[in-house]
Amino acid sequence: MAIEVRIPTILRTYTDGEKAVDGSGATLSALIDDLESNHPGIKDRLVEDKAGTPELRRFVNVYINDEDVRFIGSLDAELSDGDQVVVLPAVAGGAR
Amino acid sequence: MLTIDQATYDAIVAHAKRDHPDEACGIVAGPEGSDRPERLVEMVNAAGSPTFYEFDSTDLLALYKQMWDNDEEPVVVYHSHTATEAYPSTTDIGLANEPGAHYVLVSTREHGNNDGPVEFRSYRIVDGVVTEEEVSVVPALPEI
Repeated sequence: MAIEVRIPTILRTYTDGEKAVDGSGATLSALIDDLESNHPGIKDRLVEDKAGTPELRRFVNVYINDEDVRFIGSLDAELSDGDQVVVLPAVAGGAR
Repeated sequence: MLTIDQATYDAIVAHAKRDHPDEACGIVAGPEGSDRPERLVEMVNAAGSPTFYEFDSTDLLALYKQMWDNDEEPVVVYHSHTATEAYPSTTDIGLANEPGAHYVLVSTREHGNNDGPVEFRSYRIVDGVVTEEEVSVVPALPEI
C-alpha cells in the first residue's frame, strides 16, 4: 500500500533531499512509524510525547488529501492506498 | 543580502501599518533557487494577535500548493512586531523552518497605523542561528 508523503525542505535531511517519499500504514500514526523505519529521526520532528501519549507537534501541519488531520482524528486519521499526505511546518512566530 | 524592489517593500510596510496593532504576516515567493522576491502574498494572521502570528493551516496548504505548481519557493517570510524591535524573538527563531528564506521583520512600534518610517530588517535563521543581513531596496529587480 503506497501513500505519497510530501516532505518540507526542513525535513529533507532525513530523506536524502527527496521532496516526496512513499510510505504505508492504515493510520497516520502507522505511516509515521513506517517513515521512521526508512528515515530514522523524522518521527521525533513530527510527534511529541504528551504525558505518555504521542501527539502531533503543535507547529507541524499534516494534511491527508488536502484535509488538515487535526479535523479528522489527528494521529488516528485513517489512510488508504493512493492517499496523498503533505507535511508542512507552521509559519508562525511572535514578539515574545 | 536581501535585494527587494521598492513596490514590494512599500507593500509589506503598508500591510504592517494596516494591521497594527496586530502582527501582519506574509511571504514573497520567487522562482526556486533564484533568490528573487517577485510575488507578494499577504496572509491572514490566524492568531489575530499583537504578539503572535500564524498562517491559517488551510491557507498555508493552498499557498504551498500554488508555489509548487509554479516552481516557486518562499524567498521572503515577513511579519511585523508592533511593540518591540524588528529582531527575531525566541519564538521566531524556534519556529523558523525555511532555512533558505530571508526572514523580514518590520516594527511598527513607533508610528503604528500612521505615516512615518518603520524598522525594516532582514535575517537568515538557520538551525537557531540568526544572522542579520543588509537590505538593498532597488527600483526594480534586475532583468534576468
